Amino acid sequence: MPRRRLATGALLTLGSLVASVLYRRRAARHREHVDLYADDGSMTSVADGAPEAQRLLALARELIRHAG
Amino acid sequence: MLRDVDAAQALADLTEISSQIVQAAILAEDGAVLSSTFDDDGRARRFAAGLERFLTEADAVRVAHGLPGLTQLEAATLEGSVFVVRGGDGGPVVAAVTRPEPTVGLVFYDLKHCLRSLDDEPEPRAQRRPADATA
Repeated sequence: MPRRRLATGALLTLGSLVASVLYRRRAARHREHVDLYADDGSMTSVADGAPEAQRLLALARELIRHAG
Repeated sequence: MLRDVDAAQALADLTEISSQIVQAAILAEDGAVLSSTFDDDGRARRFAAGLERFLTEADAVRVAHGLPGLTQLEAATLEGSVFVVRGGDGGPVVAAVTRPEPTVGLVFYDLKHCLRSLDDEPEPRAQRRPADATA
């Protein structure tokens, strides 16, 4: 019986860890964005997922890799 | 005309005060590299070329959103962020790559300070005209 409890506990811990990692990755993915600031003080934010953001973020990643 | 040594000093000050910046460059209006933290000119030029493509794309997005002139931008990715601040009246552009999740306001502040320090460089003294030249 204790072995079964141990296995259940281990499975629960592992499940929580995997869920946590997946959640954090998903949240991080949503943090990808481009903020454009204009000279009149206005700002527009283009979030990852928007078609126009894809190309900008791809170019930004290229610059980041180049800088690394 | 901005001297290369001024840009180099401004960039050295920038990287000294901001630990979040991985690489940075100051570009002239025509895209020429005035100074950069890259260890060789080839890398700096490739960075500048990539930055030009990035700014062209950003301008297209700006126009699509009906925004007036672009003064600064931040692109945040999981691998890091790209910051660009444009000087007024077609002045130089300063761009920086930072580590992921930087303190956005602080990086913008430091980049603007860097550009201002270029503006603050003393200009050559204008020659004085004789007092009676217009008389």
